[in-house]
Amino acid sequence: MASTAITAGAEPVFHLEEEHAHAEGGSTMLGFWLYLMSDCLIFAMLFAAFGVLGGNYAAGPAPKDLFDLGLVAVNTTMLLLSSITYGFAMLTMDKGRVGATQAWLAVTMLFGLAFLSIELYEFAHMIDEGATPQRSAFLSSFFTLVGTHGLHVTFGIVWMLTLMVQVARYGLIEANRRRLMCLSMFWHFLDIVWIGVFTFVYLMGMLR
Amino acid sequence: MSAHDHADHDHTHGGAAHGTLRGYLIGFVLSVILTAIPFWMVMTGTLDNKQATAIVIMAFAVVQIVVHMVFFLHMNPASEGGWSMLALIFTVILVVIVLSGSLWVMYHLNANMMPGLHEMREMP
Repeated sequence: MASTAITAGAEPVFHLEEEHAHAEGGSTMLGFWLYLMSDCLIFAMLFAAFGVLGGNYAAGPAPKDLFDLGLVAVNTTMLLLSSITYGFAMLTMDKGRVGATQAWLAVTMLFGLAFLSIELYEFAHMIDEGATPQRSAFLSSFFTLVGTHGLHVTFGIVWMLTLMVQVARYGLIEANRRRLMCLSMFWHFLDIVWIGVFTFVYLMGMLR
Repeated sequence: MSAHDHADHDHTHGGAAHGTLRGYLIGFVLSVILTAIPFWMVMTGTLDNKQATAIVIMAFAVVQIVVHMVFFLHMNPASEGGWSMLALIFTVILVVIVLSGSLWVMYHLNANMMPGLHEMREMP
């Protein structure tokens, strides 16, 4: 849509209605949201692959032989706690309190690391028992799906560490606030994907 | 409360809502409940019927995803002029097509194309 702004004694100015003065990074949030949606499609493919192949055990171990729901519950708790502590970090960021923001980010990172450690322990335990990704189509798709999520969490933690250094050096400047908001979306998005993982992979796996 | 939080510094991104302490706590309590019930159901085998259990825990997952979207990601129809909601709806449609399509096609492929015992016997 184009509109005309005519002010007395001046040249008529034509501009698109959406095209006002853009603040730097004004479209970052939408752009990042679109990235998350494309990431969501990657996970949809992996979920579809797991849905199709998840029952092909090739006479190997089935979910019942491998999964420890207690461990998964602890893992889920870690990720959920990290979500709420990141929320607290955002709230303290809104108030402009650098120290508190850094502290909540550190707590979030510890929960993220706990999640990763438990997941790696689980993977190591499974591989130790001979349930490697090569064993069956079920295990290939399981390691691909859960591993991709774990990789996302890993990069989220690296990103968080980077931003903590940034905030320590430059404070809560506008650019850092924007970056922290992007990471917030990324982190909560990973928690949403994990809801799908524990429901479809672990809980429904135990029902098979 | 949030109005005061936003007032004390210069916002250039149009006052994007970051949520409130209350919102985060409500979201957290809801997700704890929505996570605990499916785990409890599967771990104790409350429902004997596996199919019913699967449907119930899937319903819980969908509700929990919505809770996370609303309370943690602060999704609302107005954010970014409606474009994020539009992108979300588009993605959800694609995800539904990919998931249901793959499962449906591959299920029938397995059911119809696998040589069963009957056909195997008739092979030369």
